[in-house]
Amino acid sequence: MEYFTQQLINGITLGAIYALIAIGYTMVYGIIGMINFAHGEVFMIGAFISIITFLLLGLFGITWAPLAILVALLVTMALTPLYGWALERIAYRPLRHSPRLAALITAIGMSIFLQNYVQLVQGARIKPLQPVVTGGIEIMRRDDFVVTLSTMQILIVVLTVTLMAGFTLLIQRTALGRAQRACEQDLKMAALVGVDVDRTIALTFVMGAVLASVAGLIFLLHYGVVDFHIGFNAGIKAFTAAVLGGIGSLPGAMLGGLLIGLIEAFWSAYFSVEYKDVAAFTVLIVVLIFRPTGLLGKPDIEKV
Amino acid sequence: MAGARGGGTDRMSALLREAAMTGLLVFGLAVALVGVRIQDGAALTPLLFRFDDAFTAAAAAAMGRLGVALLREGRAAPVLAGGTAVALAVALAQFFFPAHPLMLALLFDTAMPNWLITAFAGFLALSAGWRLRRARAAQGAGVPLEAILSNRDAAMDRIGAEVQRVARYAGPLILLLALALPLMPFADRRLIDVAILVVTYIMLGWGLNIVVGLAGLLDLGYVAFYAVGAYAYALLAQYSGLSFWICLPFAGIMAAFAGLLLGFPVLRLRGDYLAIVTLGFGEMIRIILLNWYQFTGGPNGLSGVPRPSFFGLPFTASPPEGGHSFHTFVSLFWPLDFSPNHRVVFLYYVILAMAMITNLFTLRIRRLPIGRAWEALREDEIACRSLGINPTNTKLTAFAIGAGFAGFAGSFFAARQGFVSPESFSFIESAVILAIVVLGGMGSQIGVVLAAVLLIGLPEFFRDLHQYRMVAFGAAMVAIMLWRPAGLLAHREPTMRLKVPAARGGGT
Amino acid sequence: MNALPLLSVERLTMRFGGLMAVDDVSFAAETGHITAIIGPNGAGKTTLFNCLTGFYAPTSGLMRLAHDGGEFLLERMEGFRIAARAKVARTFQNIRLFRGMSVLENLIVAQHNRLMRASGYTLAGLIGLGVYRDAERQAVERARYWLEQVGLTALADLDAGGLPYGDQRLLEIARAMCTEPRLLCLDEPAAGLNARESAGLNALLTFIRNTHRIGVLLIEHDMSVVMSISDRIVVLDYGRKIAEGAPEAVRRDPAVIRAYLGEEEGAP
Repeated sequence: MEYFTQQLINGITLGAIYALIAIGYTMVYGIIGMINFAHGEVFMIGAFISIITFLLLGLFGITWAPLAILVALLVTMALTPLYGWALERIAYRPLRHSPRLAALITAIGMSIFLQNYVQLVQGARIKPLQPVVTGGIEIMRRDDFVVTLSTMQILIVVLTVTLMAGFTLLIQRTALGRAQRACEQDLKMAALVGVDVDRTIALTFVMGAVLASVAGLIFLLHYGVVDFHIGFNAGIKAFTAAVLGGIGSLPGAMLGGLLIGLIEAFWSAYFSVEYKDVAAFTVLIVVLIFRPTGLLGKPDIEKV
Repeated sequence: MAGARGGGTDRMSALLREAAMTGLLVFGLAVALVGVRIQDGAALTPLLFRFDDAFTAAAAAAMGRLGVALLREGRAAPVLAGGTAVALAVALAQFFFPAHPLMLALLFDTAMPNWLITAFAGFLALSAGWRLRRARAAQGAGVPLEAILSNRDAAMDRIGAEVQRVARYAGPLILLLALALPLMPFADRRLIDVAILVVTYIMLGWGLNIVVGLAGLLDLGYVAFYAVGAYAYALLAQYSGLSFWICLPFAGIMAAFAGLLLGFPVLRLRGDYLAIVTLGFGEMIRIILLNWYQFTGGPNGLSGVPRPSFFGLPFTASPPEGGHSFHTFVSLFWPLDFSPNHRVVFLYYVILAMAMITNLFTLRIRRLPIGRAWEALREDEIACRSLGINPTNTKLTAFAIGAGFAGFAGSFFAARQGFVSPESFSFIESAVILAIVVLGGMGSQIGVVLAAVLLIGLPEFFRDLHQYRMVAFGAAMVAIMLWRPAGLLAHREPTMRLKVPAARGGGT
Repeated sequence: MNALPLLSVERLTMRFGGLMAVDDVSFAAETGHITAIIGPNGAGKTTLFNCLTGFYAPTSGLMRLAHDGGEFLLERMEGFRIAARAKVARTFQNIRLFRGMSVLENLIVAQHNRLMRASGYTLAGLIGLGVYRDAERQAVERARYWLEQVGLTALADLDAGGLPYGDQRLLEIARAMCTEPRLLCLDEPAAGLNARESAGLNALLTFIRNTHRIGVLLIEHDMSVVMSISDRIVVLDYGRKIAEGAPEAVRRDPAVIRAYLGEEEGAP
């Protein structure tokens, strides 16, 4: 029971990261019907910008955790989306009317480029960060086994939930959200009724990047290390989460992220750490075969 | 007059604003990642500041954007002047004063990006010069410049068609050249090694072309079948002691079987889902190879994979007891000294033959009903179903055949390397093979050759710049795709003609 | 001998969520007849076709096809088997050609199953057996025949996607005919055709009915086409069948007039 609770807590933390990235996939897929293949790299860049900010702050002696995290959050949320925007502008917009494969190849190319660019300018070694937030609450104990809910985990969940709530409001209540949903329904019609489609798509990439950058920050806080390679794995998992939840659906992405996080945590805990990725992919394949629209996705009727 | 001038300055300030925005964007992109480098290890200062490089990047981007925008507006003269000036200045500075403090402040601290600036400025200047010449010629001939420019795309398609036609005659010529390559005086060990690598990728590209180019199934996990082939050969040879030539078909069949196994459940999925599932499958195979220690040797892989023999004759300096090795056997007819190059040359011919078989198979099967059904499925699956074509089976054959060829290539790879390990089969390999197919022009056999030489062969000769290699690789993928979204040599010839006697006039 | 009709549809119902796209429709279609299915937009005509050709699985009802002494229950068959075994061919409202392939290739792909058998499921074809070459020659002859019927012989080697709109419609019909169907389902073949092309289409459909003696189901809005060539008309409105009969009788049917003039009345 204690072990289970601990894994539950770990799974939720991990799920929060996946969910934040998954939203970016799901929104882009919803609006232009394509996989943003380089989204994982945006997440990785978000983590890098976060660690650079923390180290810079450390240089100036600012180590008070709330302030440091707030500053890092602001910096990464400001700078990382530039990559999301540039990605759309370079790899997707010019190819919107080309064969779908073309845009996928440019996106893969961007992914390779960004990964190696970060390796080039920052080096291939793992970058560690001193723990920013320490301490926690002991919530259960039996003999030697202590279940802790660290302050960090509380912070992560609070941050994620706040961000998602704010984001949901943005999509449902604002003009931008309306334009975004209109474009999801029908790009041509949206353009006809005066929605600036180019701008809306670009902003979709930017919003996805904002969330991914926060996921990067959370990843950094949680694991304490980043390297140029983290984007690939996290990206695939998050995409799996988006598909599991039903691609195109925001609540689906959140639910899917949480589920993938839990599956991974429990699989690692009870079966084998090595095969946790295999478990996630198996779930993906099984879901796609038996429920291709995901858990919360709308069923789509084949247009003949 | 004044109004026109006013319009001119408005345009000009708009251009300047555009350039400034680009500079600002690039500065934003670079300020953290380029401007601040995290020092590895326990350095006294954890951070190294390079903000001057971020500024340089921003300035270079702004100037480049200005140049492009001016070209777009048809003002080629200033671009010609500016581009030449910048290219010359940067090149001279980099060449003569690479360590001068002023130069370090103004330009990048490392040489490569500076040469990049030179190259791009030079390119802008050249295209400006080309436009100026064209404009003068057009004035003479009375053809509007826009017409020439918009014709460029059509021209590229014609080039594609032309290459395709020439390929019919040039194909055998290229093959002859490929056959003669090891006999050339300049063919050293290194060149042949690179050639083997390129031909391996050509074979993989042709194999994947069946899946992606013909059947239109987006497979991002092709390398998994390559891995299955490699491990199948390594394990078979290890446990059964059978020779390369006997294991080869088994390895191919195993890979094709893996293709069937994966394809059966997932081939109903729509394009992008299929892509992600195949990607996941590729990763799964890699993870299994990495963790199944007892069987696959884990991360260390399997070593001591037997090398292929010359149909039973090993390539060893001293012949096995009571037998012959290759050179002693040949010496019976023709005096031949032992040379380690024999094996390399032999391997080269093996992979060349395997690749040619893949090619001939594809060319032939395109003209058979199954091949046409693949292409029809790529074009429109719903129409195929309405014509009584079983989409699942048809896709499955394409998937399995493509996987089989990857398996053959994989067992060759294992035999050539002498060892296999999971790290040879990462996602990036799948991406590279897919890039070869798509960049070459989907479905184009000669395009695969061109793309493989460009993407695999060229970078091999720039190994010294290996840290820039993958960055350039990614950038090249993006650039080529933006330039030619259908691929370099995308042109499809019908698989049969009605041979209508009436001559089709030009113009269509 | 009281033979079964070629196609008999009984109490066919197709529901999408709460929407009754096809609601309890029954009718029959005969070999050698053109049966038109008409009705206002959204009446459920294309959905009916999609059920018949296996793209949708109907919620309930029977669709029985009988020819050459065989009987096929279409609602139990997969789409591609309906085309391959029950010999139902169709065209699409928004033309679905293999646009990147040549006109001739489109017609050859339509003969896939026959050629597949002749090529020994690829193996014999791969080594170039004569059996396959003969079969391919026959397939080309059949393609040539239909190209002549629709007047596209001169364009045979061009990309199908590059044809003018009207020619694409004709090519789609030729492609469907190359499968040698017993029932041909045409979804608005005259849409977007000019008067001359429309007349050509009438001639083609009459030729198919009279010479090849197969059953034709025709969804059409163009009343001049429907009235001049169909032998029987089924009228749908809001998924229900509101009338059926010979063209003259249907034209005078008050329910039909009401449906087309859009007179509001309570639910029937």
